[in-house]
Amino acid sequence: MRKALYVVLACVVLSLILSPCAWGRAKAIKIGINAPLTGDIPKVGEGTRYAAEMWKADIDAAGGLKVGKKKYPVELYIEDNESKAESAVRANTKLITDDEVLVIVGPQSSKQAVPAGEVANNWKTPMISPWSTNPDTTKDRPYVFRGCFLDPFQGPVLANFITEEFGFKKAAVLYDVASDYPKGLAEFFKEAWEKLHGRGSVVAFESFTTKDVDFSSQLNKIRNSGAQVLFTPQYYNEVALIVQQANSKGIKMPIVGSDSWGSAETVELCGEDCYGLFFSTHYAAAGAKGATKAFIDRYEKKYGYIPDDVGALTWDALRLVQSAIESCGKLTGRIEKDRKCVRNALAKIKKFDGITGNMTFTEEGDPIKCAVIVRISEKGEYEFFKSVCP
Amino acid sequence: MTLNLQNLLDFQNIIDALQWGSFYALIALGYSMVYSILMLFNFAHGDIFMVGAYIGFGIASLLVGLTVAGSLALPGWVILILTLLGAMCLTSIVGMAVERIGYRPLRDAPRASAAITGLMIGIILEQGNLILLGAKRRSFPEIIESQTFSIGGVDITNIKIMIVGVSLAFMLALHLFIKKNKWGMAMRAMAFDYLVVPLMGVSINAIARMTFAIGSALAAVAGIFFGMAYPVLEPTMGIVYGWKAFVAAILGGRGSIMGACFAGFLIGFIEIFVPLVFPSTLRDLIAYSIILLILVYRPHGFFGEPYSAKLRL
Repeated sequence: MRKALYVVLACVVLSLILSPCAWGRAKAIKIGINAPLTGDIPKVGEGTRYAAEMWKADIDAAGGLKVGKKKYPVELYIEDNESKAESAVRANTKLITDDEVLVIVGPQSSKQAVPAGEVANNWKTPMISPWSTNPDTTKDRPYVFRGCFLDPFQGPVLANFITEEFGFKKAAVLYDVASDYPKGLAEFFKEAWEKLHGRGSVVAFESFTTKDVDFSSQLNKIRNSGAQVLFTPQYYNEVALIVQQANSKGIKMPIVGSDSWGSAETVELCGEDCYGLFFSTHYAAAGAKGATKAFIDRYEKKYGYIPDDVGALTWDALRLVQSAIESCGKLTGRIEKDRKCVRNALAKIKKFDGITGNMTFTEEGDPIKCAVIVRISEKGEYEFFKSVCP
Repeated sequence: MTLNLQNLLDFQNIIDALQWGSFYALIALGYSMVYSILMLFNFAHGDIFMVGAYIGFGIASLLVGLTVAGSLALPGWVILILTLLGAMCLTSIVGMAVERIGYRPLRDAPRASAAITGLMIGIILEQGNLILLGAKRRSFPEIIESQTFSIGGVDITNIKIMIVGVSLAFMLALHLFIKKNKWGMAMRAMAFDYLVVPLMGVSINAIARMTFAIGSALAAVAGIFFGMAYPVLEPTMGIVYGWKAFVAAILGGRGSIMGACFAGFLIGFIEIFVPLVFPSTLRDLIAYSIILLILVYRPHGFFGEPYSAKLRL
């Protein structure tokens, strides 16, 4: 009996020694993805995952990520944050301590990215949020980066756009007070609007809380306030409800949105009620050229729909991560040291040519890039209307 | 803080509050009926409301799809009636199954065990739906085309009128059933004393099953109307409305049908009117402080009795 065991053991040892890949293969580079696969905005999570899988397919096809002279295979660790702040923190902690990932991409919305960024920074793990526009995400956090413009930029862009395009002077705002992103952007918009039109020109500043579906009293107040335009920086599921309820109340004023409207599902849920409305976003799929078009075509062919801004930004964020890892020169295998190296490489990137536009990075790790104003056409497509650069 | 009394006089808000209150009233009825028979709150009821909405969504999508494709030629109101009937039947079956699987084995167990059973069944229903249909939001199909009428500056849609009218009709029908029908009387008797009445030959199992069936059917009606008014469905939609309707059931007086309807509409009115006077950020804080205050002065709710010495239905 014991003899047989020795024979088996010897075989195992021998086969390990003889197979070259068992000891010659490089250790995989682990990349964590923190995304809302379930919860309030599952379409955002889906876009993140699809873009990440497309990127991984590219790396696999190239035989791995090349760092120095060695090629490393890449593994994705995708964690669901249920679109909740506490789950995003838990997901980040798990990715950093259990899975020992080199770098984290995500979370997407600011509600999760702001608290999760704290965790990543404390553990000295580089994190890049593709979609979070709230300034607090990266503020005073050397290890946290982002791939999109910021709300202090987006707020004035929208205030200027409405003033120039429609010539309005009185605006109303409706936002979710329990979520970092809408709350922050609503305040930046208000500030910018009042700077243009004087104090009290935001005639209604109404809020609700996450998961509310009835906005009748807020909309009735807005209707009676004399506002000429309604700004609502909400996510796609709420946009459908707000716009439809406003229409059923006979509210005729234009409704303007922000980059959270850019999901592939907004029009599907909202239907004809949303046609003709404007919002600001990171890129316009219709009429894209070059690398952007190549990405859109590939994505559409593979998953059956045109990628939204989250998908494109995630792609850019992963490309940023890729170029940082590559420029690291050498991976030691000691995770703390490698994380630091990737962080420094990310911080050194000053210019990047992404599919969502050219970016230059500030000291805080925030890109400076252009915003796009998109109009929802009569066919329900996102039409490029104009581009606003800082 | 802006105080604008002109908003309060806007008749539009009354219409909105009536519609909003209808959902709470319909859901609260289910809590109240089950409580009066079995002396327990069915905490899965909010999720049965969600199941009703999804079943209604399934039937309506099928019928609307077939009509659009041309293989059926049904007018909108026929589709609505078929959706309502179908969803009510199927959701009652779900309700009866919940009673049979979850509550009957625990009927003599401590009340706390029965209460957490409801919570667990609720979680199972939510997660089951999440696995079955995914986290994607579902858009409830447009069964009847929404038309807006403008009467003296108030914009009313045909859907709002229909929702309020049909909900009130269902509540009246339930009231008549309980007062006049033999089975309804058996329910009242059971509510009076569920230990003695079975000795008289009334089966508690049959009555409990019927109570769950009726409560679930009403939740399905609420679910379909909810889908028509707010056409974005998600698997956890039942939680918050379940809680608030539960508040309505308590506020109305535990086990009181009249009370549940009244309190449901009252909560609807409070939730709509509070943000008109106060900043909307403080809506739930102030709305539920008012309700807490009412309970402090009327601990048994509007129509509740201190002890179960009187008929509770």
